[in-house]
Amino acid sequence: MAQKRKVTATVISQKQIGEQIYDLWLETKLAKNVHPGQFVAVYPHGESMLLPRPISICETDQADRLRLVYRIAGKGTAEFSACKAGDRMDILGVLGNGFPVEKAKGKRAFLMGGGIGIPPMLELAKVIGEKKQILLGYRNKDIFLEEDLAEYGDVYVATEDGSVGTKGNVMDIIKAYSLQADVIMACGPMPMLRAIKKYAAESGMEAYISLEERMACGVGACLGCVCKTTKVDAHSHVNNARICTEGPVFEAGEVDI
Amino acid sequence: MNTEVKIAGVTFKNPVMTASGTFGSGMEYSDFVDLNKLGAVVTKGVANVPWEGNPTPRVAEVYGGMLNAIGLQNPGIDVFIERDLPFLQNYDTNVIVNVCGKTVEDYLEVVERLSDTAVSMLEINVSCPNVKEGAIAFGQKADSLYDITSQIKKKAKQPVIMKLSPNVTDITEMAKAAEAAGADALSMINTITGMKIDIHRRKFVLANRTGGMSGPAVKPVAVRMVYQTAQAVKIPIIGMGGIGSGEDAVEFLLAGASAVAVGAMNFVNPYTTVEVVEGIEAYMKQYGIENVTDLIGAVE
Repeated sequence: MAQKRKVTATVISQKQIGEQIYDLWLETKLAKNVHPGQFVAVYPHGESMLLPRPISICETDQADRLRLVYRIAGKGTAEFSACKAGDRMDILGVLGNGFPVEKAKGKRAFLMGGGIGIPPMLELAKVIGEKKQILLGYRNKDIFLEEDLAEYGDVYVATEDGSVGTKGNVMDIIKAYSLQADVIMACGPMPMLRAIKKYAAESGMEAYISLEERMACGVGACLGCVCKTTKVDAHSHVNNARICTEGPVFEAGEVDI
Repeated sequence: MNTEVKIAGVTFKNPVMTASGTFGSGMEYSDFVDLNKLGAVVTKGVANVPWEGNPTPRVAEVYGGMLNAIGLQNPGIDVFIERDLPFLQNYDTNVIVNVCGKTVEDYLEVVERLSDTAVSMLEINVSCPNVKEGAIAFGQKADSLYDITSQIKKKAKQPVIMKLSPNVTDITEMAKAAEAAGADALSMINTITGMKIDIHRRKFVLANRTGGMSGPAVKPVAVRMVYQTAQAVKIPIIGMGGIGSGEDAVEFLLAGASAVAVGAMNFVNPYTTVEVVEGIEAYMKQYGIENVTDLIGAVE
């Protein structure tokens, strides 16, 4: 894995693609050797805001261009959303383990994304060569990235209000279309991940889920962003794993969520 | 130019250390900085047995700083000695182990286990605000601080640093108690207890409700406490609280600290420790200062 670095990236372009959702392309050497599901931590410029914001990598050209799709969640991300082409942004990366792409080899995969958990599915869909079904959950008709994802697999959409696709969430898509797969890769809100964990256990499937938590250092030092694990973690020697380092992707059975 | 300092007989190539809990056991930041360039690596708190720590969320950003309530999660002294210490011994820097415990016996067990290791100094954590038992309970009353300090001093083979809490009425009373009990040095300040509330959800941001505040916003409090303590005791002080640059470090030295530690600012800039070393050197060059020790307590 490439050495972690803090670098200054240059904004190539940024546009709004949904309600509070922004699509940002950065020029940075961190774009090389990125695994799908890894993330970067982006620093606000305002001196009152100190900590970098963890944002999943949506796409990379594996050379010098990195795409981040994120939602405004507070003052830091609001500041990022105002950045224009040519602006500089300090980023720390590349962080985390990413999805175990090899686990999808020779298998049928569900790629499941909910809300702002959808962006990392794009790089994952590009990298997994096998046939895959991409299940996306949104709140309402304000949907994003589904066209990008449709280039790499069969896309199914669910919305909570039923305005587009299946009414409900990603689990309802599986029922509505009687879809089947052998392995699940997922990122999204905790209720969705809990439902996937339960479904995978009941149907004897492997599931790899990407978690999030409040972070400070992003590199495994501060122990701020831990999740509960079912077995004693090899690094911490207690039932906690660092989401920024051992994660953010865990086999669903390994974590107590 | 001479940046060397001595604390309790231990020589440091420069007065810059890491603040406990912000640097793991050095491994995580060795991607970013050459640990050989630091005066010391001060480890995350180590207890006699593994500790789970607190529920999440454990961290929150506040204006000009952060709150943490990690709760001293650590893998315990066995793993520290087998895994973390050998890693640190690959580097030409002092290793200072932060020791935590729930009872006096817990502390003494860790201190004894470290007695025949290559650890340079022990930093006794009697000031963590985020655990219910032990820790700060020993650090907020002068008589209990005196008691635990003297018991540790009886067993310790390495010089003992007592890490003081700012969450007291008069920190100089605590400093004097530690000195009277035989402490070799003091480190200060640990975090200041704070709280953050999410007004939209009407919930505490941290699962622990309260957390320790650190970062640049606490620096003036820390500088003031280091100054007052330096007036009150003769033992050396390691100063910390929001240090992010050479200028910040010099401020602590002038206030009376013999060395400094970089904490929360590691999270803001993973290269901070080495930049602080270079910043102190730049200041010495600018003002023609030959020995860094000439800066200690030199505020007029």
